[in-house]
Amino acid sequence: MFSASDLRKGLKIQIDGDPWVITDFDFCKPGKGTALYRCKMKNMITGNTMDKTYRSVDKIEKPDLEEREMYYSYPDGEFFVFSDAETYEEMRISKEFLGKKIYFLIEDSLCQVLLFNGLAIDVSLPTFIEKEIAETEPGARGDTATNVTKPAKIDNGYEIQVPIFINTGDIVKIDTRTGDYAERVSKA
Amino acid sequence: MTTEELKNIKARLEIRAGLISAVRAFFDSRGFMEVSTPVLINAPAPEEYIEGISAAAGFLRTSPELQMKQMVCAGYEKIYQLGPCFRKGEFGSRHRPEFTMLEWYQTDIDYKELMDFTFELIKESVFALKASYEIEYQNETVDFSQAPEIINVADAYQRFTGKSVENADLTDEFDTLMVDCIEPELGKGKMTFLKDYPANRAALARLKADNKEVAERWELYVCGMELANAYSELTDPREQRMRFAEARRVRKTNGFVEYPEAEEFFAAMEKGMPECAGCALGIDRLVMLLSDSPDIGFINPDFA
Repeated sequence: MFSASDLRKGLKIQIDGDPWVITDFDFCKPGKGTALYRCKMKNMITGNTMDKTYRSVDKIEKPDLEEREMYYSYPDGEFFVFSDAETYEEMRISKEFLGKKIYFLIEDSLCQVLLFNGLAIDVSLPTFIEKEIAETEPGARGDTATNVTKPAKIDNGYEIQVPIFINTGDIVKIDTRTGDYAERVSKA
Repeated sequence: MTTEELKNIKARLEIRAGLISAVRAFFDSRGFMEVSTPVLINAPAPEEYIEGISAAAGFLRTSPELQMKQMVCAGYEKIYQLGPCFRKGEFGSRHRPEFTMLEWYQTDIDYKELMDFTFELIKESVFALKASYEIEYQNETVDFSQAPEIINVADAYQRFTGKSVENADLTDEFDTLMVDCIEPELGKGKMTFLKDYPANRAALARLKADNKEVAERWELYVCGMELANAYSELTDPREQRMRFAEARRVRKTNGFVEYPEAEEFFAAMEKGMPECAGCALGIDRLVMLLSDSPDIGFINPDFA
């Protein structure tokens, strides 16, 4: 259990069985009254936010959270298999849960998996990955503007917006947090 | 705090310096005497939820209240003090464990007359500093020359929480409702005095002669920020001892440190304490308002 004086920005707590992260925190104290701890927090599963004020006597549950380093191994039907970097223990994470991250999985890349009560609630891939452009309209020669974009597909069919000068066969860097084009690595 | 940070904070510290000059000029023009009581003391007032910081063989003062009241008992009729006070563990956007308190006492007035005096003090100090009665704080305009809003604690609970203050107390929500629902509504565009606290939150205030359920205490708010706390002072040493005993009991339950009894203060009180009223005002908070600072850290150079 945490006591109210442990509360601070970034602390992860449990309320009604859900993990929450404190996104904003302030100590306050009304005239001659008790210390109060005002928190803004975000549900780590649903992303919902709420405000809650704790009194100094309040106790707060500690969530069972564990961050593990895992290598992505291989796809298996509706699942993707990761293996623990230390124990090699395998974990299957569903396609549905991973969402568009499935397009950025690279075999043997090291990922951070956040577990709540033993179940994955967040997977962080390497921030940047490199992919080859499989299909896009030919680039306009000499046009180096980066603010004008066009659609392009990478090898697994994922579509991103790229600058006009990118050509099929170019290698580009993609930010896995947003799924957006970051920069060109090399020309075809 | 780095040299660069100190350079950046200079404009705000000029406001602080100007405010302090204006405050001194106001008190001096009203015949008050500035006093300096010790910062290092043996016996702080035992208050339920304020914890002292130990230093040497005693404590850093949490307020200069008991020492200044001893002076009042000794015949000092109008005194004020500006200086640091210390409260353990209080750190937030409006709190620092070390802060500057303005505290003053005047004999033969009550909390209502003190309200008028405090209104003038702030109004005139703001004008001396800004050459205007209006300020902008976090995109809200405040006009310090406008007659203040005066609201009873009981009415504030009813109006802003829909609950009676008695109910809020019973369910242990007095403080949380105050912070979440009431304070943000106070001091909008002008000063608000929140007055007549329930007797169990009297602290060192006397109870109303015609209604012992209510204490003659007020707090001043501007833009939802608490600036000052004031009382018609309790002058009865027997009742004062009972209140301290109760505060000690609560402190003990909450694991707060045990202070020595303030015997010298009681000795002074027992010889006779004149009717008086006193107020404590957080200078840093007023500087925050006048420098449009959202966080007290903006106006406090934190030296490592």
